[in-house]
Amino acid sequence: MKTGDVAIRVRDVSHQFGEPGEAQFVQALQHTSLDITRGELLCLIGPSGCGKSTLLNMIGGLLTPTTGTVEVGGKPVRAPLPRDIAFVFQENALFPWCTIIENVKLGMVFQGVPKAEQEPRARKALEAVGLKDFMGHYPAQLSGGMRQRAALARALSLETGTLLMDEPFGALDEQTRMILGEDLSVLLSTTEKTIVFVTHSLGEAVFLADRVAVFSARPGRIKEIIEVDEPHPRKPSFVTTEKFSRLRNTLYELLHEEIRKAIEQAATASPHP
Amino acid sequence: MSARQDRRDKIASRAVQIGFVVALIGLWYFGTAYWGISRILLPNPVNVWHELKDVIGSGEFLPDLRVTLTELAVAFAISCTAGVTLGYLISRSPYLIKVFEPLLAGFYSVPIILFLPLYVLFFGLGPGSKIALGTTISFFPIVLNTIAGFGYVEKIFITAARSMGASDFQMFRYVLLPAALPVMLTGLRIGFTVALLSILGSETIASLEGLGHRIVHLAEAMETARMFAYIAFAVVIAATLNSIVSSLERRAKRR
Repeated sequence: MKTGDVAIRVRDVSHQFGEPGEAQFVQALQHTSLDITRGELLCLIGPSGCGKSTLLNMIGGLLTPTTGTVEVGGKPVRAPLPRDIAFVFQENALFPWCTIIENVKLGMVFQGVPKAEQEPRARKALEAVGLKDFMGHYPAQLSGGMRQRAALARALSLETGTLLMDEPFGALDEQTRMILGEDLSVLLSTTEKTIVFVTHSLGEAVFLADRVAVFSARPGRIKEIIEVDEPHPRKPSFVTTEKFSRLRNTLYELLHEEIRKAIEQAATASPHP
Repeated sequence: MSARQDRRDKIASRAVQIGFVVALIGLWYFGTAYWGISRILLPNPVNVWHELKDVIGSGEFLPDLRVTLTELAVAFAISCTAGVTLGYLISRSPYLIKVFEPLLAGFYSVPIILFLPLYVLFFGLGPGSKIALGTTISFFPIVLNTIAGFGYVEKIFITAARSMGASDFQMFRYVLLPAALPVMLTGLRIGFTVALLSILGSETIASLEGLGHRIVHLAEAMETARMFAYIAFAVVIAATLNSIVSSLERRAKRR
């Protein structure tokens, strides 16, 4: 948050699946507005089904909002903007028939990077995430954590201003997650990227984010935004500070009641006849 | 250590397999040479070997082999083209998959060889009816596996490629095709095998030429030793073709 200008502007977006009155009707997100500052890391956190992934997909142009608008760099988003926005998905978004370096290069092929630049850029990105020695491996030969590093390298090699991460460490065990989070904080502190990061983990949100947006239960809207005023890269010892615990506890209190609500909703949404 | 163990296990099981075949031929030899099995019902393996040398040496097999292989090539070419094209088109729409996949799977389970008399009425006793039958039978595994290959590509691959800006052509060339290829190739191999089987089979039932026809012709003339020689020849041809197709499949899948 150095410059303070707005990179992503979300204005009054709603999203619904199906039409009101239909059995499948779901109001995923309701009248949400949000400004994301250039260079900041914003975490979205909330109960399952609150629409945080929906919002991420709308920012990335993979979903069109039912109402409202999304602007990235002043341009309205209507379709994916591969030159401005890169994604890291939850898991297994690497193509299993390509080696790790081929996966990274294929992203650049899609984005339209000149052929001569692809190889050096792919190598650089893979070195940055610590996969220099695994470029010729296939995804199935790597652990889940390494696959997510590769997916991150693919996104970094695209050199976009914005990075959208949809629970990128969601399928990993707690310890792998912790290490990847620390490495990510170091890696991203050297870039100027704007990052939106969806997570379920309170600790991950506090550790990585400049700001954390807490969502309410469905119909989702942003309940509160918490500031984490701590310089990047975050040190592993940040986790043991009193400030970290205080922020984590604040998030817990905000979320706890929403998660209960979400679970009750899920129970009443499918009543047994 | 375990690789060596594997190797030894492999050699041991190969030895048992070879021993089994040798024992079978030995039984065949003794049964016909010493134990009085009629030579018309079961010829002596030595006679069969001489006949086989004569069949191959004289080149007598060539016209029949050419007919059978031509029928196979034409039938497989048609069923590949039709099966892959239709399968791909159906796979583009979830609705079409829902309608046509069960329908085609239903047709696949029909024993189409029962329609051979009809095919002979429509297309005559010549290669036409064999080609039509081979095409029909091999079409179903090809079209079904093409649908399965292209229709069930994991959504996340498509979403990821789209987010990185893949064009329609790039999506096909770098995502859909490699994702679908293994399943589709299995369909092509099954299609090839059933086409060969049904063509050889239908030649033995109603035909004027071809390897299957030659075998039945020799049986009716009581020339069983020569018939066995032709059967052995046909088995070798079929096994060779099938292993070529299998190794092509394996090589393409490895990429």
